[in-house]
Amino acid sequence: MSTMIKSPTRWQEIKVLLDFYPNRMKYSAIIKAQYRLSAFLWLIGLAIEPVIYLVVWTTVAEERGGVIGGYTAGGFAAYYIVWTVVRVMGIGLNPWVFEWRVRQGQWSPLILRPMHPIHDDFALLLGDKVMDILWLIPVVSILIVAFKPDLHPTWWQGLAFVVACLLGFIARTVWMWVLGLITFWTVRVAAIFDLYFAVELLLSGRVVPLDLLPTWARNLANWLPYQWTFGFPIEVMIGRLTPTVTLQGVAIQLVWIVVGWTIMQWLWRHGVRRYSAVGA
Amino acid sequence: MTAIQVSGLSKSFFVPVRDAGLKAALKSLVNRKTREVQAVKNVSFAIEPGEIVGFLGPNGAGKTTTLKMLSGLLYPTNGTASVLGYTPSQREKSFLRRMTLIMGNRNQLLWDIPALDSFELNRAIYRLPEDEFSHTRDEFIELLDMKEIVSKPVRNLSLGERMKVEIAAALLHKPKALFLDEPTIGLDVTMQRRIRAFVQEYNQRYNATVLLTSHYMADVEALCKRVIVIHHGRILFDGALSDLVDRFKAQKRLVVTVERGMVDLSRFGEVVSQADGRITLQVSKKEAPAITARLLNEFPVADLLVEDPSIEDVIEDVFAQSIEAEPDTAVAA
Repeated sequence: MSTMIKSPTRWQEIKVLLDFYPNRMKYSAIIKAQYRLSAFLWLIGLAIEPVIYLVVWTTVAEERGGVIGGYTAGGFAAYYIVWTVVRVMGIGLNPWVFEWRVRQGQWSPLILRPMHPIHDDFALLLGDKVMDILWLIPVVSILIVAFKPDLHPTWWQGLAFVVACLLGFIARTVWMWVLGLITFWTVRVAAIFDLYFAVELLLSGRVVPLDLLPTWARNLANWLPYQWTFGFPIEVMIGRLTPTVTLQGVAIQLVWIVVGWTIMQWLWRHGVRRYSAVGA
Repeated sequence: MTAIQVSGLSKSFFVPVRDAGLKAALKSLVNRKTREVQAVKNVSFAIEPGEIVGFLGPNGAGKTTTLKMLSGLLYPTNGTASVLGYTPSQREKSFLRRMTLIMGNRNQLLWDIPALDSFELNRAIYRLPEDEFSHTRDEFIELLDMKEIVSKPVRNLSLGERMKVEIAAALLHKPKALFLDEPTIGLDVTMQRRIRAFVQEYNQRYNATVLLTSHYMADVEALCKRVIVIHHGRILFDGALSDLVDRFKAQKRLVVTVERGMVDLSRFGEVVSQADGRITLQVSKKEAPAITARLLNEFPVADLLVEDPSIEDVIEDVFAQSIEAEPDTAVAA
């Protein structure tokens, strides 16, 4: 019989990922492009939500002398237009994916690959986002013409926005995984996700900019991951943060990624032992 | 050194138990009961490098559970397994690069893109050198006659076509251990033959060790010199396929065609069927030569065939005998 082969070195593993990610992203984007009607309808739904917030807050601002919590009508427009980009970048996995994998045995092909399954999800979602951003260009252009945002980012704000968006996406996906892996114990996890999403809606800056929340809610938000995956990148882009605060925010994003990754790995190691591979 | 070594391997699951109906469902909210189901019980065997072994048993016998443990999908409850020198449940990357599990009823390729693209993705995942990958891919396309289908999206392929590309994708990294779970299920006879020939060719070219489950005995007869029969999670037989026939079916079938109408041959053995002057008689293997001689002497025989019982009949007998021996142990996984 052939002898055992040495495990790949860290560098070899990185090389595999550098090869895998562009390929997987490419196929993910190709698949997404095949379903144009679905993408178009999804985009319409995506654009409606910020427009509603934008109309409401612009109206309120105008009635109160033009400014609320430091936001003018143009400021709100900037916030919610950048919101659409951050929303697309942050979209991760839903609970049904994890439930389906456990119930239908769909973890099996992923588990049997010599690669952590989270990389497949990261690459798939990133590939989707390439297409989503392309679809988003006309939507954002229309919103800019219609609502005239007060948006003048500097080069470093633009760069920091890209970094913050990417780290926000990684942090959110890792935490989705943390929740999703609970399915190894409970099979169903939608209720836990619903709870997570409900708090996220309020404390991430999605419905309302965090500066408009009461102090206690802002303090609470500082200790939770939500704003670092959503409100923070928006505030970077619309110029509400100094370079120092921006760097601190990026550091906090990294902390949430490391904490989430550690918990995720622990859950994965223990959860996969419970996997019964039923149906596959 | 053996390729696969299994010792005292067991796997049990806890499954919820409740009666049917709303009342029982409500009761289970506060009083949840589970039952331990032993899918595999204390199984031991060894397989040498390059062997193709048939792993046989009825539905729920524990075949697939065993294959899943050997591929690292499931953690054993007890016992040890070693595949190519690795402990499967540790799922070391170097182990995963050297084995494959193919399940006939599961789709592992990306549904919306051509198989060629999925092959390319596997190249990246398994860190295959470009030249080697292209050579193997083209070789498989040739062997499995897939030229026309690899460029179509997988969702547009027929079941048989899909199985061919699935098998090719699963073997591109040239694994040394193959676990094949019903690889020909649902396929037509021609496609079954092609898959069988491919597995045989792959085994010979790469000296790969193959453990195969199949309900189609043609697969087993064509590929496996050795079979392991498992039932109720226990091994009932491990040995040469020919020994299985000798041990569990010490009988022969005589197919007699008489020239003038029907005759009563029941005094020679069990009459299995009788139609159009053709009588199938089942007799003990020991007495077969004597009975054959008597038939030829005493009747106007136009034709006479002496056959071994079909492998399906033998397997059926093995299971039947095991149920008689252990009537209370019928558990299914």
